[in-house]
Amino acid sequence: MHIVPFVVVVYILAVGLYGIVTSRHLVHQIICLIVVQSSTYVLLLGVGYKTGAVAPYFFDIPVHTPAVDPVVQALALTDVVVEAAVTALLLALAIQAHKRFGTLDPQELVQLKG
Amino acid sequence: MTPGQRRWIFLAALAGLAAFYLWGLAGLPGFGNYPGPYGDIINRIAVAQTKATGVVSAVNFEYRGFDTVGEEFILFVAASAMAVVLRHLRNERERDPRDATADWAVPPASDAVRLAALVFTGPVVVMGWFLASHAQTSPSGGFQGGVVLATAFFLIYLSGEYLLFRRISPVDLTEAFEAVGAGGFAAIGVSAVAMGLPYLTNFLPLGTTPGAVSSSGTIALISFFVGVEVAAAFILIVGELVDQTLLVRQGDH
Repeated sequence: MHIVPFVVVVYILAVGLYGIVTSRHLVHQIICLIVVQSSTYVLLLGVGYKTGAVAPYFFDIPVHTPAVDPVVQALALTDVVVEAAVTALLLALAIQAHKRFGTLDPQELVQLKG
Repeated sequence: MTPGQRRWIFLAALAGLAAFYLWGLAGLPGFGNYPGPYGDIINRIAVAQTKATGVVSAVNFEYRGFDTVGEEFILFVAASAMAVVLRHLRNERERDPRDATADWAVPPASDAVRLAALVFTGPVVVMGWFLASHAQTSPSGGFQGGVVLATAFFLIYLSGEYLLFRRISPVDLTEAFEAVGAGGFAAIGVSAVAMGLPYLTNFLPLGTTPGAVSSSGTIALISFFVGVEVAAAFILIVGELVDQTLLVRQGDH
């Protein structure tokens, strides 16, 4: 049984979470969140993979060719869009936090105000 | 809590997660042994049913179309929420976009950057348009095409033409485009209801040749609207961030 791709998933997740926990800068923390979310792409595409199968595009190949699961690929697309939206919003909040408190260090932000 | 303590709590939790994850993994079919029936069924029937050869697009805009409406509105809401979060606070004022950051003179864009931006803008627009209009045939679609289209506007900004960027993509007009894109998708769904069909039923003629640009009915049309919405949303989002650095100053600076 090949489990390497799924180990990669949890590795990416762990690296990203470690970054979030130890981060000293909000923008760095947001980038770490992107890393965490990247693990879901690997998971989704890994779940749908079939050994020896092609991409689910039947433009120039016969329809009965074995192809990987298109549903998880569509979900990965949704994932990317949501990530872009979440990142944009978090960056906006970081800008406002910096304006209001003059710092982007999560530690200092906690001490400033709840 | 000190950062050191937090790190140890995290590592302990991570060890627990890793143990449960590996345990759970032991009971799953391994990588490459796809077990599910759904993907195989859709791969078998999608081309005949929708006349779209890009099955991922068929899933996105047809089988899972209702989810994609929600997805598109997530982007719509995020762009709107950014405008709310980054609204001008009481002690802020806009300043002339031509002057630089308070204590740092920004050098003008170099000729190389300007030339590259000029050379790439046209092809990028064509590329984005091509991607947004070929969802039914190839690994493309409104989401990908929209992002590429928005890139063309950022190239103009990169070439140092902030004023030109704002003139060809004024916020009001971009917001209108975004609303048309998001509303268009929802309206296609409602049109089906008006004809007495379930929401988002593919009511347009599917065409006869699978993979032709004119094939696949509402899939191609929805992809087009999604492209408009995504391009407008990204221009708005990046425009808001750019405005923050270029225009908005606190107090008397």
